[in-house]
Amino acid sequence: MVNKPQYFDEMFGHGADPRPPYEAYCKWFNGENNARLLEKSEEAEALFRLVGVTFNVYGDPDATERLIPFDLVPRIIAAREWAKVAKGIEQRVRALNAFLHDIYHRQEIVRAGRLPAEMLARNEAFLAQMIGVAPPGDIYTHIVGTDLVRTGDDEFFVLEDNARTPSGVSYMLENRETMLHMFPELFSKNRVQSVNQYPNSLRKSLSACAPPACDGKPTLAVLTPGIHNSAYYEHAFLADQMGAELVEGHDLRVVDGRVAMRTTRGYKPIDVLYRRVDDDYLDPLTFNPDSMLGVPGIMDVYRAGGITIANAPGTGIADDKAIYSYMPDIVEFYTGEKAILQNVPTHRCSEPDALKYVLDNLAELVVKEVHGSGGYGMLVGPAASQKEIAAFRAKLEANPGNYIAQPTLALSTVPILTEAGLAPRHVDLRPFVLVSPDKIDITPGGLTRVALTAGSLVVNSSQGGGTKDTWVLEE
Amino acid sequence: MLGKTAGGLFWMFRYLERAENTARMIDAGLRISLTRSSAAESEWTSILQSTGLHGSYTAMHGAPDGPKIIDFLLRDPNNPGSIMAGIEAARENARVVRTALTREVWEAVNECYMVLKKALAEPVADRDLPRALQVIRQRSAFVRGASHGTMVRNDMYNFARIGTFFERADNTARILDQKYYILLPSVRLVGSPSDNVQWETILRATSTTRAYQTLHGGDIDPRVIAHFLILDGRLPRSLAFCYGKIGENLGYIAKEYGESKPCDALAEAICSRFEGQDMNAIFDYGLHEFIGDFLRDSTALGRQIEIDYRFSE
Repeated sequence: MVNKPQYFDEMFGHGADPRPPYEAYCKWFNGENNARLLEKSEEAEALFRLVGVTFNVYGDPDATERLIPFDLVPRIIAAREWAKVAKGIEQRVRALNAFLHDIYHRQEIVRAGRLPAEMLARNEAFLAQMIGVAPPGDIYTHIVGTDLVRTGDDEFFVLEDNARTPSGVSYMLENRETMLHMFPELFSKNRVQSVNQYPNSLRKSLSACAPPACDGKPTLAVLTPGIHNSAYYEHAFLADQMGAELVEGHDLRVVDGRVAMRTTRGYKPIDVLYRRVDDDYLDPLTFNPDSMLGVPGIMDVYRAGGITIANAPGTGIADDKAIYSYMPDIVEFYTGEKAILQNVPTHRCSEPDALKYVLDNLAELVVKEVHGSGGYGMLVGPAASQKEIAAFRAKLEANPGNYIAQPTLALSTVPILTEAGLAPRHVDLRPFVLVSPDKIDITPGGLTRVALTAGSLVVNSSQGGGTKDTWVLEE
Repeated sequence: MLGKTAGGLFWMFRYLERAENTARMIDAGLRISLTRSSAAESEWTSILQSTGLHGSYTAMHGAPDGPKIIDFLLRDPNNPGSIMAGIEAARENARVVRTALTREVWEAVNECYMVLKKALAEPVADRDLPRALQVIRQRSAFVRGASHGTMVRNDMYNFARIGTFFERADNTARILDQKYYILLPSVRLVGSPSDNVQWETILRATSTTRAYQTLHGGDIDPRVIAHFLILDGRLPRSLAFCYGKIGENLGYIAKEYGESKPCDALAEAICSRFEGQDMNAIFDYGLHEFIGDFLRDSTALGRQIEIDYRFSE
């Protein structure tokens, strides 16, 4: 069994014996035949294809549907470990909502000198149209996906706060379904906290944020850009599981001050719209005038309390990578407590001293675009060639304000199944958080993404990453 | 339900039915070219005309040629009316209406697509053709079976069924439209080889050879064929049967919604052409005219359903 001691391996730690959460699993695994498990892998892949858990790759001219590779070795987290993570996420999400309310109202954090005013003023993700708007229930981020990485037994860092439209929850659910289908015996040997309540919790959480105009049971709908979007499967899946309609812009129009969907029996008002369309495309009258994906006039309805938009427009400012570097301050400012989860130390290249440091140490750092996502446009210094570093240096010098840099973290590994048996690969974790006026609901576990190439630190599915089922054990 | 979803279900099932019907027509053409090669060219031509693809085939390939026509109808990527294109369109509609389908129906249509995508990736060799046609029929039967067995009997199911029967009736009518002249009472040259071939094509293209034998014995009589495909309510591919079903399914929707729509009256008018009707009266009126009227009215009905139930805007 290969095990690189310099990284923390979640199955074996730095030694050769399984850590306690993995004991029962490893005992089972040692009684299994590797070839049979590899066959099971293929079976899982066929199952994913049949169910249609596929995604389209942006910029792929063939537009072929691809599978995100699924590794059938679960990632296992003990109840004690999870409790701390969950507490930290809850604190952070609470702070994010308070922050969003504040920056779109009195901007106390700026007045207090804890956040420079230009961080908002110059930021494209800050929507002036949201100033003074009160979202129903005062909730901005109804759904959050907090990206975490682990570096040691008790060391978790927040890598990113996905506060716009985090995706991947359908993989969390389908991965579990697949494991239950293929290895039922594992679930009698391990007491794993369930995740399948998520769609129901999502429905309840969204319903609890119904707008003032809603009378009676709220009508929910999921707004998708359509079948060619890379996450379409997830949009359809969530709508289906919640019993909500899956709508596109052309199904909707404003009728009598409400956003309504065209049904076989006429237009029917929607109370809560879970939109999987970016802010910029939401309303051609307010934002991008060329957008065909949104609803002309929806922002006026929203401001008048006629509909709940989840997540609220303008929440992108909270997961902006430049704002991220202020998160320890933000958490402290709004909760009065030190942040439970650590931030990765972040150099803002807009600051001359930081820029100099970054330019001098490019080979050791990870450099990201402030507004980028999906692992595009980033430099992973230790993995990059001289030539790549030189090219990136030029981009960075041309527009330093567009970048932040972070040290390369020693990301933990979890083994994957290979032809040669178990082999460690780097992972991250995206737990899914639901926010309503009543509560913050965190599904135990989340989506584990795994870099399938040995040594690689990039886990994004668009860059060849895979996923794993994530187990949080009962106490 | 969304108007778009109603339209998506209607078209998903139309495309599936159409792909299956095209497979039957290839089967008929293949049979003729294997057993009566002298008649093959004219029969292929009439098959192309029944599918409405004669013009585009001729523009691309010129004179009718069995293997070329088979490839054109089966899988030619330049033919948007091919079976493969139909299955792709059915699946695309299924993706749009994914939330209205049961998992079983979705998986059946998705698997149908995956299996055929592989089977029809390259031109199909002669010896593999019967098998390929069988797979198409079998896979579309799986979708139908999954729908029948798992879908709730509500408006969604009814729109799916209307799509199926609408397409099926259209297909039967187009075959009759191509062949009406050999079904006329004046054609009494029973035993003329060319007529026998054409009658065989009609029955094979509608997969009704066996049903005809069961109900009418072995002798092929053109008047009986005409009655069989137009008026016989026992035959699931006859016009009378399909429109009986369309009328029922529209009726269920009207009942569920508590409101009758203009399309209901149109459907009723079409149904009344078949009820209590006999072939003599149709022959007196003119078989060709009767079929022409039917095709025109059914097109109008399709348009009206789309308007009444807001498939699009």
